[in-house]
Amino acid sequence: MRKVAVVGAGMTKFMRRAHETGKELAWETSRMALNSCDLTLKDVDCVVMGTAPDAFDMIHMKHEYLSDGAGAWRKPYVRGFLGGGTGVFTACQAWYHVASGLFDVCLAVSEEKMSSCLPHPQGAFVTCWDQFTESPLGTSLLWFFAWEMNRYMHAHGITEREIALVSVKNKKNAIEHPCAQLPGEITVDDVMNSEIMAWPVKRLDVSPTSDGAAVLVFAAEDVAKRITDKPVWVEGAGWCLDTMYIGQRDLYYPKYVEYAARMAYDMAGIKEPRHEIDIAEPYDPFSYKELHNAEGLLLCGKGEAAKLTVDGETQRTGRQPWCPSGGALGVGNAIAATGVMKVAELFWQLRGEAGGRQVPGKPRRGVAQAWGDEMQVGTVIVLGV
Amino acid sequence: MQRRVAVIGIGYTPFRPISPDVSFKEMMFEAAQKAYEDAGVSPRRDIDAFVTCEEDFTHGRSIFNIHTPDNIGAVLKRIHTLPAESILGLADAYMLINTGLANIMAVESHSKASNMLTPNYLVAHAMDPVYNKPLGYNPYFIAGMEMNRFMHETGVTKEQCALVSVKNRANALLNPGAAYGDKVGVDDVLSSDVMFHPLNRLDMSSLADGGIVMVVASEEKARRLCKNPIWVRGVGWISDAPSLETRQWGEAGYARLAGEMAYRVAGIKNPRKEIDFAEVDDTFSYKELQHLEALKLCAPGQAGFMVEEGATQREGEFPVNVSGGSLGVGRLDEATGLQKVLEVVLQLRGDAGRRQLPDVKVGLAQSWRGVPANSGAVAILSNE
Repeated sequence: MRKVAVVGAGMTKFMRRAHETGKELAWETSRMALNSCDLTLKDVDCVVMGTAPDAFDMIHMKHEYLSDGAGAWRKPYVRGFLGGGTGVFTACQAWYHVASGLFDVCLAVSEEKMSSCLPHPQGAFVTCWDQFTESPLGTSLLWFFAWEMNRYMHAHGITEREIALVSVKNKKNAIEHPCAQLPGEITVDDVMNSEIMAWPVKRLDVSPTSDGAAVLVFAAEDVAKRITDKPVWVEGAGWCLDTMYIGQRDLYYPKYVEYAARMAYDMAGIKEPRHEIDIAEPYDPFSYKELHNAEGLLLCGKGEAAKLTVDGETQRTGRQPWCPSGGALGVGNAIAATGVMKVAELFWQLRGEAGGRQVPGKPRRGVAQAWGDEMQVGTVIVLGV
Repeated sequence: MQRRVAVIGIGYTPFRPISPDVSFKEMMFEAAQKAYEDAGVSPRRDIDAFVTCEEDFTHGRSIFNIHTPDNIGAVLKRIHTLPAESILGLADAYMLINTGLANIMAVESHSKASNMLTPNYLVAHAMDPVYNKPLGYNPYFIAGMEMNRFMHETGVTKEQCALVSVKNRANALLNPGAAYGDKVGVDDVLSSDVMFHPLNRLDMSSLADGGIVMVVASEEKARRLCKNPIWVRGVGWISDAPSLETRQWGEAGYARLAGEMAYRVAGIKNPRKEIDFAEVDDTFSYKELQHLEALKLCAPGQAGFMVEEGATQREGEFPVNVSGGSLGVGRLDEATGLQKVLEVVLQLRGDAGRRQLPDVKVGLAQSWRGVPANSGAVAILSNE
């Protein structure tokens, strides 16, 4: 298999960005990523786009509209879509574009604009579910999360206070992230006292909606070595989708994340992820999701993630930092762009370029993961130096 | 050096104007089951990865990807969705097999267009939200403008365009899966309602429902599993300028560049000599002519004469859209491109029934993403 490296990255600040169109966000960030590795559009052979539902900005075939902004003018260009799992999949997709041997340099662009969805992007999710059995209930995503969080807590005897620690940690980590939307020093009590959205989910357990873009540059081995002294190699990629029938699954454990992780670890030759992975960026749209997803990623046993968090092992200075970027809870959750942001964080951390967020001890291998659809998809990528 | 990749199984439902008796899930299931049976594979045991091509809006769902795994046997497997034209799905399978990650893949796409009450107004949401959508036009005016420009630049006449519609609708009469087979004359086309000048009603294809699944495999697997593998020799796809204000209106640049890429991958130097027949996008009658020129399947400026002389007829020297094309079969939204590939595979296998072309070895399938997009894809297949 052809070796592929990430050689450049860029991202915008995540926030409500009313001044730019999606096209402009994609353009600004693509340019940033290309500048970061001294390439121009002429060097780019193909472009992949990650952006979540068209319903967010009410643009049918949104990728077609975004294409020239993403630098895809007169280039092979395609969009992959796995709901909330899209961002990390965009990186996987860029990997296989180059690994296939058809292209040498691929630009992986992700753009998300949620603020245009009024009154709230939750409205776009009402039409996700099965049109006969689920949509008529008028469920919002929060209800699904509440079910899952409840089931997860019940299965392992985990408390809300333990889960709240994830919010505290990630928002604190985000203080050092120049692109973060909701960084801050909060306490467990702040989380516990915040408004209940759908019990047991509270406002500070939830990531914000965001606008933003994040872009990565992928290159084949020979090209990557020409471009940079510090290529970060793609070692593994996996993605997996479970049944859409949520009633047929036990929500206490994300089996699909485990399957996707195993695909990526097999490719990377990783036998013991707990010991062989230095940093992890599990998807954390809700605080419990970081724990849930980390268990799926086999970074600890089932039900053990909360204890690791309580013990401080997942802090930036801990044994295995989780979400050193600040994650979706701290940096913001511009769905697809957040997935790519997580891969970009691995890129910066593994190159030692993460500034105030730098994990000590020269990390050599990291895993990023995203999750989405109807609690149904896991997308995983392993990077290493 | 690319790995060789082949289509080893096909499954499809008939293409129909409406299908109130089945849901899209049942349609996906039927096409998938037929394809797996044709290839002799079990989705759970043998298929390494799946790719589906569907847009959210045409299904009236957000994140349509949610609905894909159960119906095609892909639960807890590697599966992803491209909101894109389905030839891109075939290209994705081609790439994944070339990485060595997958050996057998399934590509799925379907259309349940009859569920859309106002498809034109849905397409209006694909317009630039700042510059174009607020004008409130029916987006198909773009096709009228483009046809006008194409005729102006190349000297193609309305009669020549009408002949495309006549040919394709007649071809569809021999295709039992086609929804809009018809015996019409040039006068019928020219006297049909003017829709978006100079486009008449019979210059435009109508939507149809249907599902298509293909099983694609690496050379090693294909040779073991299949007596008549159809090789994917080249794929190409290109996105040209999306905005109406900056695009070339006469020429189909996306088709020219996608063709060049596919020819390069396939090692084809002289497409006119090396390719025996083609299924090109004919969403509108003039599109077939525009695409033939862009793909260098005729000399510059000759597409109109080619159809006039009957060269693109089923019995002609270079048959085009023998299946009936979108004008005869019906336009299948994202699945349109896969229908073109399907016809090429059937012809190359010798399974095309009454419309079988004699002695064909290499075929080309091309698709366009449709109004108002300016992107397209090409696949070249052969039976040797």
